[in-house]
Amino acid sequence: MSQYKIHMLVCAGTGCQSSQSGLIYEMLQDELERKGLRDDVQVIKTGCFGFCEKGPIVKILPDNTFYTQVKPEDVREIVDEHIIKGRSVHRLLYLDPETEEHVLDSKHMGFYKKQLRIALRNCGTIDPENIDESIARDAYQALGMALTELSPQETIDIIKRSGLRGRGGAGFPTGIKWEIASKNDAGQKYVVCNADEGDPGAFMDRSILEGDPHSILEAMAICGYCIGATKGLIYIRAEYPLAIKRLKIAINQAREYGLLGEHILGTDFSFDINLRYGAGAFVCGEETSLIHSMEGKRGEPTNKPPFPAQKGYLGKPTNVNNVETFANIPVILLKGAEWFSSIGTEKSKGTKVFALAGKINNVGLIEVPMGITLREIIYEIGGGIKGGKKFKAVQTGGPSGGCLTEKHLDTPIDYESLTAAGSMMGSGGMIVLDEDDCMVSVAKFYLDFIVEESCGKCAPCRIGNKRLYETLERICDGKGTEEDLEKLYNLSNVIKDTSLCGLGQTSPNPVLSTLNNFYDEYKEHVFDKKCRSGKCKNLLYYVIDDENCVGCMACVRSCPVNAITGAKKQTHYIHQDKCIKCGACMQKCQFDAISLKSDYRVSVES
Amino acid sequence: MSQKTDIAPEVFQYMPDEREVLKVKVNLPQSKIDTIDRICESFDNDPGELINVLHEAQHEFGYLPAEVQDVIAHNLKIPVAQVYGVVTFYTYFTMVPKGEFPISICTGTACYVRGAEKVLEEFKKELNLKVGETTPDGKFSINCLRCVGACGLAPVVLVGERVYGRVSPDGVKNILDEYRK
Repeated sequence: MSQYKIHMLVCAGTGCQSSQSGLIYEMLQDELERKGLRDDVQVIKTGCFGFCEKGPIVKILPDNTFYTQVKPEDVREIVDEHIIKGRSVHRLLYLDPETEEHVLDSKHMGFYKKQLRIALRNCGTIDPENIDESIARDAYQALGMALTELSPQETIDIIKRSGLRGRGGAGFPTGIKWEIASKNDAGQKYVVCNADEGDPGAFMDRSILEGDPHSILEAMAICGYCIGATKGLIYIRAEYPLAIKRLKIAINQAREYGLLGEHILGTDFSFDINLRYGAGAFVCGEETSLIHSMEGKRGEPTNKPPFPAQKGYLGKPTNVNNVETFANIPVILLKGAEWFSSIGTEKSKGTKVFALAGKINNVGLIEVPMGITLREIIYEIGGGIKGGKKFKAVQTGGPSGGCLTEKHLDTPIDYESLTAAGSMMGSGGMIVLDEDDCMVSVAKFYLDFIVEESCGKCAPCRIGNKRLYETLERICDGKGTEEDLEKLYNLSNVIKDTSLCGLGQTSPNPVLSTLNNFYDEYKEHVFDKKCRSGKCKNLLYYVIDDENCVGCMACVRSCPVNAITGAKKQTHYIHQDKCIKCGACMQKCQFDAISLKSDYRVSVES
Repeated sequence: MSQKTDIAPEVFQYMPDEREVLKVKVNLPQSKIDTIDRICESFDNDPGELINVLHEAQHEFGYLPAEVQDVIAHNLKIPVAQVYGVVTFYTYFTMVPKGEFPISICTGTACYVRGAEKVLEEFKKELNLKVGETTPDGKFSINCLRCVGACGLAPVVLVGERVYGRVSPDGVKNILDEYRK
């Protein structure tokens, strides 16, 4: 990279590509060509910078200038001003919302200050389609070290000492997992990378695969060396075409360089990786389902034991790890277990990548040390709630997780504290909710997802979740009863206790956690027939304002169910028990006298 | 944890015998059967590659009608019921042809909390379609999908491969107009 004076990094993650970063890249090339600067300035397409809210992003090195929301028409100005005249284009710099000043150096942005990027170390720095850039950033060095200096057991010991735990959600210690797989004798073993990121609203794994595919290939080879496997498989969602493309390129390059294939780096160790595609089934994130899916079958789970480490893919011992877990491996070997275990809390070491989304100012991908508080994530990194609204809750762990509320804002985040708060780490989706969100509806949303995604193999999950959903639907429609609330509790617990796999065992979590934290809202829905956020349509009431109503009869005539009464020139009245909430009256009224109210209490005739 | 624990019982071996029989059953032109043969061949007719075969086939034909599944089952030497079981299990596979411009509305959590539902309603109203249906002229179809991972742009709508970010219900008509010409 040394012959260039300036490097321009253009984000080519899915988010930024969706807003034309590909075109920006090409236009930058053309513009530099025209100005005769191609030998001095290098333009690179990189993986995700994480700051997806303000994409597309163009970063310029060495001065760390961070241009946000760049449009194709800005290209010429950037080249003329920044590259030729050496002045930064102020209007494209990130504007610090607090000081209202443009931030020149990305290191001073609130979004990056508290972050510690280990798994994402190369995302947004290198060209993921060029193996040389990865190697320049130490890729495959850890593999070389393991193969030539360490025995498999020694390597496993380092991982064990580092305290790394599975980043897919459950948090099982990775070193122990490898050790179990290594001790099972079999002719053939498999290393599987679980890249079936099905949790809606989470895009950590995708960003790593798009931004730094070689780190995953390297880690899988290390794992293969440790457990004695020669074959690796990456199970990836078909919905991630860009990640698939980059992985294919990376695998081919690694084979060309002799870093995958027979006799890697001149040793006796051989290892190769192939891709397997998912086809849109959430349950396939569960390891036994995933294995069945890789075998070309329906992705239905089976009982554990036997664990995949004993009988997995094609009945052979199989080690399944998540993308982010693998991304940590090479760094741990290079920097040492002690370095890694010095980061984080007592039982949760290292960092965690979160996908921050929802009602937050800085939507994006972040990596923070374990033990950071929710307040730091939301207000310092995330830049606070959108539109200055009031914070209500954070949903973590997706459909298997729960929500954290205001009272959890200062809890240090790790596996144990999240479980204690009734949620879970999950794969790392963090959806921020504000005062406009109805928690009952949110629970219903997740249940809707689960009902669709339940594979149907076991009854508690297939039938139980459907009943849970129906109960929630009743409550949102204003037809809920006290008995329903009780039923939610009981049914949830039965589903948790009796379901076959992780999907069913965790599916009622969104219900339980909203019940525990927002019981008042449930009660309002059931007893007062009121939804304070106004999200539940059936709990909104059309009301005529006495002052504005002139008694023109327009609404009376428009009502299809004769729910409005009132004589001419007298204030009209809507009978809520008859109203079907079609909104025809509100459209007809020319005096703005009819409005929708959530807190209009009515006694519904039963 | 004994070694006796069983893995899924082997599927009984159903062997559709002659190619001739197949031709009677399947109503596909020879050229299409050849395409399927080629796809299956590229995966060594390995039943373990069924999902990859289906991906390729759907890419080729746009959808997976029963006839196509029948030929695949024959080539991989597995019961057609097993192919059908897999096709219907995964939401990515479809047995109904999609529109010329398939519209996918992301209903992942991030998009949901930023109003994807209203956008979906607007598309349904504008095209007079339900989710999973295709317009009579074959131009548009509506589908929901869970998270394309562009949560920074929520709510997100895909038309074919093109991504539209921060879509509001008011913007739906403009998007459709682009393709209506």
